[in-house]
Amino acid sequence: MSETDAPILQLKGTNKSFGPVHVLHDIDFSVYPGKVTALIGDNGAGKSTLVKCVTGIYGTDSGVTLFNGVPVNIHGPKDAAALGIEVVYQDLALCENLDIVQNLFLGREKLKMGLLDEREMERLARETLASLSVRTVKSVRQQVSSLSGGQRQTVAIAKAVLWNSKVVLLDEPTAALGVAQTKQVLDLVRRLADNGLGVVLISHNMNDVIQVADRVCAMYLGRIAADVPITRETRREFLVELITSGRSGDIGLQAAAEVTI
Amino acid sequence: MSTSEATPSSSPSEAASDFSLDSEQPTFAQAIHNYRSKLRAGDLGALPALLAIIVLTALFGFSRPDTFLSVTNFANLLQQAAPVMVIAMAVSFVLLLGEIDLSAGYTAGVTAAVLALRLQNDWSLGATIVICAIVALALGTFTGVLVAKVGIPSFVVTLANFLSFQGILLLLAKEGGTIHIDNKTINAIENENMSLAVSWGFAALATALFAFTVIRKQRASNGTIPLQLAVVKIVALGAGAAIFTGVLSGNRALPAAKIKLIGVPYAVPLVIILVLVLTFLLTRTRYGRHLYAVGGNAEAARRAGINVGLIRASAFAFCGLLAGIGGAFLASRLSSVDPQTGGNDTLLLAVGAAVIGGTSLFGGKGRMLNALLGGLVLALIPNGLGLLGRATPFGIKTFDFSSSGMKFIVSGLILLLAASVDAISRKRTVT
Repeated sequence: MSETDAPILQLKGTNKSFGPVHVLHDIDFSVYPGKVTALIGDNGAGKSTLVKCVTGIYGTDSGVTLFNGVPVNIHGPKDAAALGIEVVYQDLALCENLDIVQNLFLGREKLKMGLLDEREMERLARETLASLSVRTVKSVRQQVSSLSGGQRQTVAIAKAVLWNSKVVLLDEPTAALGVAQTKQVLDLVRRLADNGLGVVLISHNMNDVIQVADRVCAMYLGRIAADVPITRETRREFLVELITSGRSGDIGLQAAAEVTI
Repeated sequence: MSTSEATPSSSPSEAASDFSLDSEQPTFAQAIHNYRSKLRAGDLGALPALLAIIVLTALFGFSRPDTFLSVTNFANLLQQAAPVMVIAMAVSFVLLLGEIDLSAGYTAGVTAAVLALRLQNDWSLGATIVICAIVALALGTFTGVLVAKVGIPSFVVTLANFLSFQGILLLLAKEGGTIHIDNKTINAIENENMSLAVSWGFAALATALFAFTVIRKQRASNGTIPLQLAVVKIVALGAGAAIFTGVLSGNRALPAAKIKLIGVPYAVPLVIILVLVLTFLLTRTRYGRHLYAVGGNAEAARRAGINVGLIRASAFAFCGLLAGIGGAFLASRLSSVDPQTGGNDTLLLAVGAAVIGGTSLFGGKGRMLNALLGGLVLALIPNGLGLLGRATPFGIKTFDFSSSGMKFIVSGLILLLAASVDAISRKRTVT
């Protein structure tokens, strides 16, 4: 685990309040290229808010966002996409009545003389899916309604990385999947990182986190309780303690007084 | 660091084999098998409408071979169906979004009235068409803005417009008055026929165009569409067009009449051209793709950067414009416009035609061709029942099938059947 790699995306001292409710406290959060960073925490810990701050859906009250070490202002999903930051939300946002190619290129269709260039889009779709070693899709012209949950997740992820993305945030990609499909999606998550992307994996499944992530950020009541690398010695109980009490042994938020809302 | 086992390196040849269906070169028999499994999965397409056309034609043809199967009735049937088909295409635009336009019938009526009035005031045909297009577009855009920007459900907006557009039509037609149309061009749409040469020329052109598209598609498919299938399709359409034109080339004037009545009615090429243009818009342009996307999942479309409100509003605007064209067909059919033009069952037949053809009421699924096929089904019913007259099915009881009551009941039942097919096939595809 080399810590010398510069983070591709970095949040420093980020605060966010909704009226009187202070949701994010001095968040320091880094995403490294080629690494899977797991973001864990109980419901209401602030994971989703953090993701929405990263993509500019919410503005932040204070703090800086660095992209490749350069301060950037992200005011909305379009700014984020322009930088190469994509989010795959839990509901996937696919049109079931369209096929895989049509979904992958939705809103960014390739044109030839003002008309849809289907052959080019088909070719690129096949290329992207092949680069992710997706093997379970019979045809890129299959309707999404005919795909399994895992295949849909794959299409949604492919849609996010089709645009030379640098950072991909995945919101509980395995939540609704069976054992075999979970493995497929986790393999895909690993492959994204191996292809050099910075991957953020939000998950409630500690086994997934230990299996696929390189480091883990645990959030507790709006704070980053721990930001540690995952090693062979990392145990499930350790992560669960971080989630439920914000500390585990010497690691985590130390003084209970520190944790106020 | 604990990760899953090392991922196998994927060579291009290995990767290509993943999309087996994309590279597989099926034989003719396999292609038919693939089609059958598609049907079983609930994707029925236009099949129910085609079956309905065949069954109804067989039923009426068998019962009344002299009248129903006559060339006169064939031409008449096509002219009866044309306005409904055009308005069905109009409504299809909003049905694709899962919306409804109940006022499309009266949009047609108001546009028809403007058309008739302008022509009566000796406006040139060109200027009249421009003002009619503006009126139809304005009515549609009005609805679209209320639905997309203000956010009122389309059912409510168009129900209100159904009343107010009817009011406009009443004011224009002066309460029970009839506005006659003397313009030859407008009256020709639904009453005149093309000369034999033009009829055959159009059939040849249509076949050539179809052959060109099918072959282009086959070439681009890298053999996933078997060549035989393409050839069979082209030959079938060519033969169909030849028989169609051949039948309509026969004289269908009464024996005593001095002039001959031959050729394909103008309504036929006009409707076909409209279907082709709109199909092109829906399938080959970015706008069409976005229309389907909004109909399928508006939230996904919004996140993909599509201006959902604009797409919604524009669909209603298109619906208005096309309904206006349908109004011209209605006006031409009777060579006049009255307060009933576009009223009565016009709209219900149009929505019914689209749904019977296979366009989904739930949005996201449908084609322009569906409106044409469904329109034919709904024209066949009153036409056939009218000619059937009194009959005793299975020797049980004698019914007067030509009564309006019977026509409405049968049309309603067929529509229910189509909506059931839509709902059930949707259940099958969405598991």
